[in-house]
Amino acid sequence: MTTLTDPPQESFRLSMLLNDTRYRSYTFQFIALVCVIGLVAYLASNLVANLRAAGLNISYEFLGEPAGYDINQRLIEYDSQSSHWRASVVGILNTLLVAFLACVTATILGVFAGVLRLSHNWLIRKLMAIYVEAFRNVPVLIWIIIIFTIMTAVLPSPRAFRGDDAEASMLFDAFAFTNRGVYVPKPILDSGGWIVVITFLLSVIGVFAYRRYATKLLFDTGKLLPMGWPSLAILFVPSLLIFFILGRPIGLEYPELKGFNFAGGINVRGSLIALWFALAIYTGAFIAENVRAGIQAISKGQTEAAASLGLRPGRIMNLVILPQALRVIIPPLISQYLNITKNSSLAIAVGYMDITGTLGGITLNQTGRAIECVLLLMAFYLTISLGISALMNVYNNSIKLKER
Amino acid sequence: MSDTQTNSIAYVRDTMLPEAEPPATERGLIKWGRENLFADVPNAILTIISAIVIYKLLVGLMPWLLNGIWNAPSIRDCREMLDGATGGCFAVLTERWNQLLFGFKYPSEEYWRPTLAFVLLFLAAAPVMFFKYLPRQMLAFTAVYPFLAYYLIWGGTIWVPIFAALGFVAGYVAWTKLVNRSFAAGFFGAIVAAMVAWWIGGMLSDALAPENPFLPAVPSRDMGGFMLNMILGTVCVSLSLPLGIALALGRQSDMPIIKWICVIFIEFIRGVPLITLLFVANVVLAYFLPPGTTFDLILRVIIMITMFSAAYIAEVIRGGLAALPRGQYEAADSLGLDYPQAMRLIILPQALKISIPGIVNVAVGLFKDTVLVSVISMFDLLGMIRGPILASTEWNGVYWELFGFAAVLFFVVCYGISQYSQWLERELQTDHR
Repeated sequence: MTTLTDPPQESFRLSMLLNDTRYRSYTFQFIALVCVIGLVAYLASNLVANLRAAGLNISYEFLGEPAGYDINQRLIEYDSQSSHWRASVVGILNTLLVAFLACVTATILGVFAGVLRLSHNWLIRKLMAIYVEAFRNVPVLIWIIIIFTIMTAVLPSPRAFRGDDAEASMLFDAFAFTNRGVYVPKPILDSGGWIVVITFLLSVIGVFAYRRYATKLLFDTGKLLPMGWPSLAILFVPSLLIFFILGRPIGLEYPELKGFNFAGGINVRGSLIALWFALAIYTGAFIAENVRAGIQAISKGQTEAAASLGLRPGRIMNLVILPQALRVIIPPLISQYLNITKNSSLAIAVGYMDITGTLGGITLNQTGRAIECVLLLMAFYLTISLGISALMNVYNNSIKLKER
Repeated sequence: MSDTQTNSIAYVRDTMLPEAEPPATERGLIKWGRENLFADVPNAILTIISAIVIYKLLVGLMPWLLNGIWNAPSIRDCREMLDGATGGCFAVLTERWNQLLFGFKYPSEEYWRPTLAFVLLFLAAAPVMFFKYLPRQMLAFTAVYPFLAYYLIWGGTIWVPIFAALGFVAGYVAWTKLVNRSFAAGFFGAIVAAMVAWWIGGMLSDALAPENPFLPAVPSRDMGGFMLNMILGTVCVSLSLPLGIALALGRQSDMPIIKWICVIFIEFIRGVPLITLLFVANVVLAYFLPPGTTFDLILRVIIMITMFSAAYIAEVIRGGLAALPRGQYEAADSLGLDYPQAMRLIILPQALKISIPGIVNVAVGLFKDTVLVSVISMFDLLGMIRGPILASTEWNGVYWELFGFAAVLFFVVCYGISQYSQWLERELQTDHR
């Protein structure tokens, strides 16, 4: 009678840590972990030693102290007596402002250029190719500085607008392009002004509601409501009606030449314009390529099939090509938005006071708190990056191909 | 035909007519124009508008280009020579050519050294770029080139690059000896051997340093101009490629700790702008180094830019790895290859081929981003233009010529690289379509 014996117990040898696949991954991970912890500990000990030698410590108390410098471009109240923290918030808002403006403009430019690069028109095609290649292959910093130079060194000073036969003149008596920035009319809200604004916002919501209702009606009953003119009517008619009923409560304050400078209106500074346009034009070239690739990724058969069903070219684009192309276009578009936000930190090169200019620039130099400032700066950009990609991923998921 | 009807007329023509020309509107330039420029009314309007735009641009630009002054000592002389006519003052380029290329501190009698290094760069890059057409022996020069270029540009004692190279040789020898036992043994053995060789070399090179080196040393802070952009671009791209591959493999790995280290590194670096990393290099990094050490700024910047581009390259390569069909991994397993062999022989060559366009995009972007060092007051091409040249009394106000020159220089390099990558893509295409 045979007895079953256990297989001989293999004794553990040290070399198995490297050669046995069961243990090897643990060995490697252990080594990696030790290396990383060692590196961090080494850096941290250096940091502590260096800080002690310099008589410094890590503290964020400087954020509460008065900043003592002025910021000429600001969206909220700020003066030189405000704290460093408030200066940073002003900077954050400025970053968000320029990033938002540039994202919108770049998307419009990019979609136009991308679609036009596929045009049948040879001249347009070549022009757009030149635009894309020229802007993609030159650093964005150079474009920012070129536009900034136009704004500050080439445009006339406000003085040139004076006199009867002035060298420079305002566009439509409303826009003045000077080396101190562009002056544009400023909307003034009287007592009833808010009602008009609120009406307009409500109309925007109304348009979306109408379009959703029309789509639902089309899918449920097959009845096709007109989309174009009712949307426009909903958008503008109520606001205009209220505007005139209340006796034109919204006016425009035009910039006027007073003394040596313009007064009234909004002064859009040259640095903001340089950053905005350079980022928009530069990133627009990249978005154009994404759009072109997205449209080209849709097989020609789709167009032909749609055409054979009797759809008109505009409908083919709207109903067949674009919904599919968007799935290809959106993910790279997200990273372009991120790039714009990150590239807006180049503001420091033209003196636009964004977060890099306030927290990473003047505050850092004044307080000497390099580590704290850079850490805060990084934390801000990380939050923005993760936030944008999270938001856009939600959108991306909502339009992606629904598969079973 | 019967004889009775001698004068019969055939119903059908029995001779060929000569081919008629297509109508005038359907041939040549006119047809091309009708199809490509004036297909319908909107297209015609677009064509006319763009033609007007092009005309306006040319009218504005041509006199400026053609009337340009190429020889003058200062902008005032330039304006005098032009005498009110439109024309660019390109004299600033000829006058400050060396400063634009080498910065304002690099000793002028040593300009031949970086120039030679630049020319040799093409010789070193050629066998990598055109590997199908050039003999593999030329790769030996590519291996020598980094040390040669370092010696040419920085100069000083020749023992530093020699011992650095010897460290790599020692590592390679240890690798070949140990790799047959196992990949890991070869890998760690090579690192240890190289470290030991560098340690010994570091002690020896101080002792061996001659009083008067053959090439005088040039400190890093004297580097500038377009040379600085080229140095940062080439060094950082070549260093970040292996680092990026390692990070991508780490992120795809099954080992959770290694995976998370890589993920955190990549996401952190990709989430912040390069400017903040340059701030780190400029003001913060010194706090993390051992007290008393002085790391020169170029080296710190190289470290940060390399980390930055490695994170982006890692993401590109991860895309390539993910795009490979599952079957390739399974085939490697079924052949009995272990992980390093499978990666080296099967997975990475294909993944890298897929990622070529992305890697080149990152490389071009990185090369463009090297102008950002002008923000932390290093005098690269843009820093030279904005700083010493535009601030000088002679050339205050020559914006377009200088910025145009910088833009053209970057355009030529970046466009060249992207054209090369497209050629390479066609070259490597192995699927028959």
